[in-house]
Amino acid sequence: MDVVMLSRLQFAAATMFHFLFVPLTLGLSIIVAIMETKYVRTGDETYLSMTKFWGKLFLINFTLGIVTGITLEFQFGTNWSRYSAFMGDIFGSLLAIEATAAFFLESTMIGVWVFGWKKLSKKAHATVMWLVAGASSMSAIWIITANAWMQHPVGYTIRGGRAELTDFAAVVFQKFAVLQFLHTVGSAYILSAFFVMGVSAYHLLKKQHIDLFTRSFKIALVFGLIFSLFVVIEGDMHGVHVTETQPAKLAAMESHWETTRRAPIHLFAIPDEENEKNLIEIGSIPGILSFLGYHDFNAEVKGLRDFPKDERPPVLITSFAFKGMVGLGIYFVIMTIIGVFKRNRLVKSPFYLKIMLISIPLPYLAIELGWVLAEVGRQPWIVYGLMKTKDAVSPIATCQVATTLVSFVLVYGLLGAVGFYLMAKNAKNGPAMD
Amino acid sequence: MVLETVWFLLWGLLWAIFFMTDGFDFGVGTLYPFLGRTETDKRVMINSLGPLWDGNEVWLITAGGVTFAAFPLVYAVMFSSLYSALMLILFALILRGVSFEFRGKVDSPGWRKIWDICIFVGSIVPAVLFGVAFGNIFKGVPIDGEGVYHGTLFTLLNTYGLLTGVLFLLLFLEHGALWLSIKTEGDLHDRAVSTANRVWPVLLVIAVIFLVMSKFSTSLYDNYLAHPALFLIILAMVLALLSTKIFLRKKAYFKAWFSSALTIVAATFYGVAGIYPSLFPSSINPNYSLTAHNASSSPLTLKIMLVVVLIFVPIVIAYQAWSYNLFKGKVTEKDLTY
Repeated sequence: MDVVMLSRLQFAAATMFHFLFVPLTLGLSIIVAIMETKYVRTGDETYLSMTKFWGKLFLINFTLGIVTGITLEFQFGTNWSRYSAFMGDIFGSLLAIEATAAFFLESTMIGVWVFGWKKLSKKAHATVMWLVAGASSMSAIWIITANAWMQHPVGYTIRGGRAELTDFAAVVFQKFAVLQFLHTVGSAYILSAFFVMGVSAYHLLKKQHIDLFTRSFKIALVFGLIFSLFVVIEGDMHGVHVTETQPAKLAAMESHWETTRRAPIHLFAIPDEENEKNLIEIGSIPGILSFLGYHDFNAEVKGLRDFPKDERPPVLITSFAFKGMVGLGIYFVIMTIIGVFKRNRLVKSPFYLKIMLISIPLPYLAIELGWVLAEVGRQPWIVYGLMKTKDAVSPIATCQVATTLVSFVLVYGLLGAVGFYLMAKNAKNGPAMD
Repeated sequence: MVLETVWFLLWGLLWAIFFMTDGFDFGVGTLYPFLGRTETDKRVMINSLGPLWDGNEVWLITAGGVTFAAFPLVYAVMFSSLYSALMLILFALILRGVSFEFRGKVDSPGWRKIWDICIFVGSIVPAVLFGVAFGNIFKGVPIDGEGVYHGTLFTLLNTYGLLTGVLFLLLFLEHGALWLSIKTEGDLHDRAVSTANRVWPVLLVIAVIFLVMSKFSTSLYDNYLAHPALFLIILAMVLALLSTKIFLRKKAYFKAWFSSALTIVAATFYGVAGIYPSLFPSSINPNYSLTAHNASSSPLTLKIMLVVVLIFVPIVIAYQAWSYNLFKGKVTEKDLTY
């Protein structure tokens, strides 16, 4: 393998691992802040126990998110130096703004929250958690804006062999960034809701701390229902915009080879990239892909064959990621709607609770698949239409990257195992009764 | 031109603040296995950093981010050239970060032992390697006109690089020992004070050797001779180092720690002023050096980022100061349950 492939694998490993923790930070911070606010408003000690229990899980997750995020900021320089030199004028400033305007607040306030129980008034302490939650979402805005710029570069000109910023507002307020941000945080909130519901289900099944976990479940259920519906509607808008900006990605999402009207989707299909066709197609529904891309069942959808071979994304991975993500998205809507009907007799619905418990990993899978779709579907470009991934890599030795890739896998593997163990242990232990 | 010079100074300042703040975290982490004799000692030491280290580390992210935004070419060449060293630092920082959080989560001596080792490794490795990296930057790094690095990790481990590594470690050890002198009481406090007293003369000797070696190993003094006013930085560094000892003797630990912070800032600026206008000098040919002028972002980006930094950095300093103030005072045994 060459430096490009190794660096891609390393970046994929590092970002995907990082993104196991980010969504829960984004959503659980809000849920914990809601719980603590309820405690401050009502004085009900159960809300305090809830805050502390979920806060503990939040912190384990938060730490892993922070430490794995730091390596990411530097990997653009270490492994993608050609990219960094070419795009730094725009991309670098977004990362720098993220650190100064958001990440600082998040990191400083989390310390205050953990150690400040006795030093701050109840109200101030709850406010600090809201600051953490707000700052983490602010941080997401800047990071997603940077990624959206790679998906759809705007507000720049090419001068002196690099992209230079010409319109900052165009970069920050572009439609792609707004849609992608809403999609990402929306999914993060679904994940957090399913996490809270799943862990609550575990204790409700065991019939312990019923009051506390019923309340937790219900708060998360509201959150989960709103955002599973939101992400479906918003994802549809996002899809239309992707069609407009990255037509090759749309074609790859449904392994659509030939340019046609009434383009179909297939419930299952295995693409054959060599021969430019699908080996198997099961459950084809005509017109749906046209509708997804253009909101018109008769619209013409450009097929992969009409894109030059070296400008097509890997079809198999892109199409599987898309199907998995969409299927899971629908599952989340169904499960939360069922939850609405069961909400007042949760303890008497062991089957539903069991399903919700084993559903904890599913939003994680959906989110990772979403990122695979976004990033692999953008290939062969690192910045769509502007720079190819193979031209972006650093002039470094293969053995260096091979060594760090192995180290990443080992260190992250161990961290993941320890993190999972601690999360599971603390989640099972339940709230400390004092 | 002015904009680029302003950014050059801000770049130096952000690195200096990072070394000044996270520096005592590195120091405490390195002293941890030696000064933390009992479980209570260890927990007091961790808690003295607990609320602050995370916010301190963000200065690194900001220094890196600002390098990316204001000097993209420097960011690209510096971090790909220093690839292995930087990766070692990052892995070490990961270990340190998770150790603080994970150590107390399982009640078993074996479990704690693992994270104790990680705290030490995760603190001493960045302390030394940041010094090695900056020593090499002061000296010049073998990069060609295309920004390609001609060397390995071991190229960085030259005498001057290692000397700077030792200097950084000692600066952080002194800084950390003084932090513990402020934050602890009893036996631990006495050990911290005595460590600060014992590190200080070694630091003084190494600092003098460093200042002399810089004459022979680097061209830092060219700028000083061209602009003699710059010698005030060296004067400030020496005075700050001396007052550290004076305040330490007077048992004015906060003032001593503050002096040690100033020493670190002055030491950083000593090198930064010497390499100006380069941010990443080439040892192959000075024409290949990446400077504030040939490696900076467009004027528009520099202006936007300047506005962002001038608004947010003072706000950050304000709320971090509030946080430091909130957690001032000694960490005692009864603070250990939270």
